[in-house]
Amino acid sequence: MYKFLLSWRYLRTRYIALASIISVTLGVATLVVVNAVMNGFTTEMHHRLHGILSDLVFESHGMGGFPDPDWHVHEIRKVLGDDLEGITATVHVPAMLNFQVRGQWVTRQVNLIGIDEQTYGNVSDFGQYLLHPSNRDHLQFLLREEGYAPGRDDFPEAGWTYRRQRAAWENSLHEASQLEQAAQGSAAPLPQDPFATASSDPTAANGAPNVFDPAKEQHTGVVLGIAIASLRHRNPDGKVQDYYLCRPGDDVKISFPKAVDPSEARTNELIVSDNFTIVDLYESRMSEYDSSFAFVPLDKMQEMRGMIDPLSGVPSVTSIQIKLAPGVNLVEARDRLQARFPVEDYGYRIQTWRDLQGPLLAAVQMETTLLNILLFLIIAVAGFGILATFFMIVVEKTRDIGILKALGAPSSGVMSIFLSYGFSLGIVGSGVGMALGLLFVAYINEIARGLETITGREVFDPTVYYFQEIPTINEPMSVLGVVLGAVMIAVLASVLPALRAARLHPVEALRYE
Amino acid sequence: MSNFFGLAAGAATAPVSPTLAPRPQHPAANSFRAPEAAILKSTGLVKSYRKGSISVPVLRGVDLEIREGQFAAVVGQSGCGKSTLLHLLGTLDKPDEGEIFFEGNRIDNLPSAARDVLRNRYFGMIFQFYHLLPELTTLENVLSPAMITDGVWSYWRNKRKHVERAQYLLELVGLSHRLNHKPRELSGGEMQRTAIARALISNPLLLLADEPTGNLDEQTGREIIELLRTLNSEQNLTIVMVTHDNTLASEADCTVRLVEGLVQ
Repeated sequence: MYKFLLSWRYLRTRYIALASIISVTLGVATLVVVNAVMNGFTTEMHHRLHGILSDLVFESHGMGGFPDPDWHVHEIRKVLGDDLEGITATVHVPAMLNFQVRGQWVTRQVNLIGIDEQTYGNVSDFGQYLLHPSNRDHLQFLLREEGYAPGRDDFPEAGWTYRRQRAAWENSLHEASQLEQAAQGSAAPLPQDPFATASSDPTAANGAPNVFDPAKEQHTGVVLGIAIASLRHRNPDGKVQDYYLCRPGDDVKISFPKAVDPSEARTNELIVSDNFTIVDLYESRMSEYDSSFAFVPLDKMQEMRGMIDPLSGVPSVTSIQIKLAPGVNLVEARDRLQARFPVEDYGYRIQTWRDLQGPLLAAVQMETTLLNILLFLIIAVAGFGILATFFMIVVEKTRDIGILKALGAPSSGVMSIFLSYGFSLGIVGSGVGMALGLLFVAYINEIARGLETITGREVFDPTVYYFQEIPTINEPMSVLGVVLGAVMIAVLASVLPALRAARLHPVEALRYE
Repeated sequence: MSNFFGLAAGAATAPVSPTLAPRPQHPAANSFRAPEAAILKSTGLVKSYRKGSISVPVLRGVDLEIREGQFAAVVGQSGCGKSTLLHLLGTLDKPDEGEIFFEGNRIDNLPSAARDVLRNRYFGMIFQFYHLLPELTTLENVLSPAMITDGVWSYWRNKRKHVERAQYLLELVGLSHRLNHKPRELSGGEMQRTAIARALISNPLLLLADEPTGNLDEQTGREIIELLRTLNSEQNLTIVMVTHDNTLASEADCTVRLVEGLVQ
């Protein structure tokens, strides 16, 4: 009884000890915040990374791909059985994308993906990241009338309405310039462009029968990552805004390599180039994906790249994407497929989405672990502070220890006074730290904004991370672990002083001045 | 202080003192006890302190016998070993040689846990510098031996009984108006009386007093001695008091004079 009474009284009267646990408090608070933010980031990142990637991926070594996806699908179905939930074949190639902004050609390097609009939605969350609600339900590579990005005020008008307006405007511009030329009379008409093709130069329409009319027709559809089509910046008020360079309804020109043997083909046979019409934008909020992915219909792409065998009509693909049923072990399924398609015999490798994003996931994991170790070291340093303070308190309380022993308190009792003192300091320190940390996490975005106002420096730049807010997730177990760890450090730090107190000789302690 | 004698005198007529649960036999007890035997006895106590290679003898063979109900005074000059003798008798320290018997049983060689129990339940101790715990109130200081005796649960169960007894003892020593004061708010005399109440809480068989008036003025010192005297006569409490003051010693039933570590 006296142990708890005394340690409670010491707690209330020795503010120096409370000061020594402020570092524990701060350490715990920081750990709680860091873990919540890292958890938030990791979860968000996993979600985003996995969102577009299917569970398992067959990836061919070469850009020519491997033939007969239907046979593969059949074989994979045999291997995986009920574990298979969705499967689709795709073609991935690097490509160059060009579009015109205010008379200047903008070039972007993209990762062009040919997808099957019927089955691609089965293997990933691709659909839900599209801007047009109808495309989210069912993707079509056809331009919609309007209704892109509902609820987003800063999104410009897009779709057929916009395309017609633009075509009309370009038409009138063309007519005006022709009238001007006619009025001047002296200027010789420009020679006809010898390289012009009907489809690549819509403004050259002059009423010929098979001329492409941009007000009524579209090219093959393409879905662009939103960061390819827009620039994210801050307006003078500090608000994050997107400026759209092109939008659904605009045409772009994409060039990409054909699936031919590079040693035998001539240079101009290696590349295929064509016009596409943007039919939707894709926003996964993963800047890496949003700034590099462009989706086109698989069959068109196979056709353009010459991936269809002219004799048998069997197409080739560069990748097969597989979605597994919920709860199926990813690695085990991969191993089964690897056993069926050994890497020595087949020209592709089979990987899980984690394998594909391994370095990134490992880096984040490593970062979290390191931060935890470092911050726990800070708490351990705080433990030495507690040790020193406790030694001082034991010295200060030497006479009291003598009194207690003279009154018949056993050494173990004296020891437990200081142990429970350390324990209660740990509880108070880490409890306050936990409360502070959780409070900080709850108001982290407000705090970040406050810091921005005070320092004038951006704490969290949404133009970089593609999150508008700092994501946080509190894991009760990790919070509990941090608190218990800190309490344990406080108790361990009080063991030595407590032992010293317990070993004091009563007569010497009573005589202590 | 005028009310002190009133209170002390009233102690005899005071309501029946709250009693504690029957005391278990002390660790060294055996069933046989000779009538009129010494409650405390020492034979050939030797104790010396070591300072490096030099050994300073303090006690050089002390034989002592205190009978039950006696008020004994140990007198001697400073440094003659009075306090050391008291510490040995109170099992706070172990003698180098010799034996100590309490109620006929040897106690100097008991394991430390048993000696803790002896100090806690059978001996009361008061000191020259009062030795109260500064963090606790007067009442809590008086209760502290009971808190040491009982675990958390049994203390809470018996708390009312303990507090009643502590209040009764504080009334007995004339401090009923000072229950919730911290020691630093008390005078020297009041602190010593608190210490006496604390020494009595576990209903001890023996009270060991180490210069109880050494730090007090003459008047207050006399009041403390009167209080001890009253306790001795009315409650038949055996008291061993160490003092260097011969006048005080003359109040005692018997006097043991200690010179250079030997009884004269």
